[in-house]
Amino acid sequence: MILAGVTLSAIAHWFGDAQHWRGGDGIPHRLVQHVTICGASLLVAVAVSLPVGVVLGHLRKGGVIAQNLANMGRAIPSLAILIIAVPFLGIGARPAELALVALAVPPLLTNTYVGMATVDDDVRDAARGMGMTATQMIWRAELPLALPYILSGLRTATFNVIATATLAAEIASGGLGQFISTGLEVNDSVEIVCGAILVVALALTAELALASLQRAVVAAPLRQHRNTRRPINQLEEPDDANFPDAA
Amino acid sequence: MLMTSQPWVRWSWVRTHLHVIRHLVWQHLYLTLLAVGIGLVITFALAGLARAWRPLEGPLLALCGTLYAIPSLALFAALVPFTGFTTTTAEIGLVGYTLLILLRNLLTGLDAVPDEVRDAAKGMGFGRWRVFTRVELPLALPALFAGIRVATVTTVGLVTVTVFIGEGGLGSMLMEGFQNTFRTEELVGAVLVVALAVVADLVLVGAERLLTPWTRRARA
Repeated sequence: MILAGVTLSAIAHWFGDAQHWRGGDGIPHRLVQHVTICGASLLVAVAVSLPVGVVLGHLRKGGVIAQNLANMGRAIPSLAILIIAVPFLGIGARPAELALVALAVPPLLTNTYVGMATVDDDVRDAARGMGMTATQMIWRAELPLALPYILSGLRTATFNVIATATLAAEIASGGLGQFISTGLEVNDSVEIVCGAILVVALALTAELALASLQRAVVAAPLRQHRNTRRPINQLEEPDDANFPDAA
Repeated sequence: MLMTSQPWVRWSWVRTHLHVIRHLVWQHLYLTLLAVGIGLVITFALAGLARAWRPLEGPLLALCGTLYAIPSLALFAALVPFTGFTTTTAEIGLVGYTLLILLRNLLTGLDAVPDEVRDAAKGMGFGRWRVFTRVELPLALPALFAGIRVATVTTVGLVTVTVFIGEGGLGSMLMEGFQNTFRTEELVGAVLVVALAVVADLVLVGAERLLTPWTRRARA
């Protein structure tokens, strides 16, 4: 079998080479770098977006901002942030982390906002009627209901961050992208393909881990709505609002 | 530091390089439009397949999802041994990334067409093709357009990454500016990429309003 012009045996040989598993250029070290950069970026992004999204969603204010932020995030290429940040933060992991935080915040913030803002009014009324304070309402009623949205935002963010961190190697911050960059430089397609395999494997592993986390922490009745397919939309309006006969 | 003592934008450079900048904007636009255009054609073909044989829908979406999951730099790089440092390589990758967004939105839009509407059209003697072109497609347009907008804005950003395989449009300004530590080129490139995405999005919003006048009437 041939993958992008590279034979499977060449790939197996590359992965079997003990030299690729040792030292600063070895797979373990590059993997740790990749995970560290992604993990740090995601932590910062979560720390920023979650409180803001929860509060705005609870107050049902600033929806336009939350939404436009997601669209803006799509429009600003990570490569641009990466490159422009270099003179301020120096070569290395810092500009990469800034670009990745900027990449992760929009899906996290938008999903958190939408999850909180779409909690049924009856539920909020009932919570208020039971004498819950705003804080109790957020923690006990709204957050659990918004969790599927928040976690799917986290999945999107994680996936994008792991994939995009590949670009970070171009500004010498290391990570698994280094194999791809080096491969491109010295025209070694085996190394490119093997680097790509490593990144995809890491992304899929993270996706599976987060999917099982989602299954573990989301209440059973809430899980089914994750399966209904929603259009990838700019505005989270009800689907039928788009159709004339619904009006 | 040398870099920070530079002015943000050296306008004299911009003035003398207008023709280069214009060329790169066009290249960027061309790569984007070609990708979204080809993506749309493939999407319609795939949607036709999924409609002709329903069990195919799940695997098709899963396939596009997998394609969407491959890091862009890795995908472009992995295609190089195959198709070289060419526009083809860039387009294969770019088209691949539009498919999931477009297909999912088109299918969702088609699914949301009420059965009664479809029945009424059939009752009026519409054949399968006419039901699709005159009834289902117009009603699915808002969902499809949402997909086209997301796909276009995403592609404008992704085109910058193709600089690593010798294409890149405005991405080559980013990279060249970075390599020469020349801030003007980086900034002008970045601003133009964002501007291009915003303008493309606005044009699509306008096109959607022109094509679906009834959605405004319904909301008013």
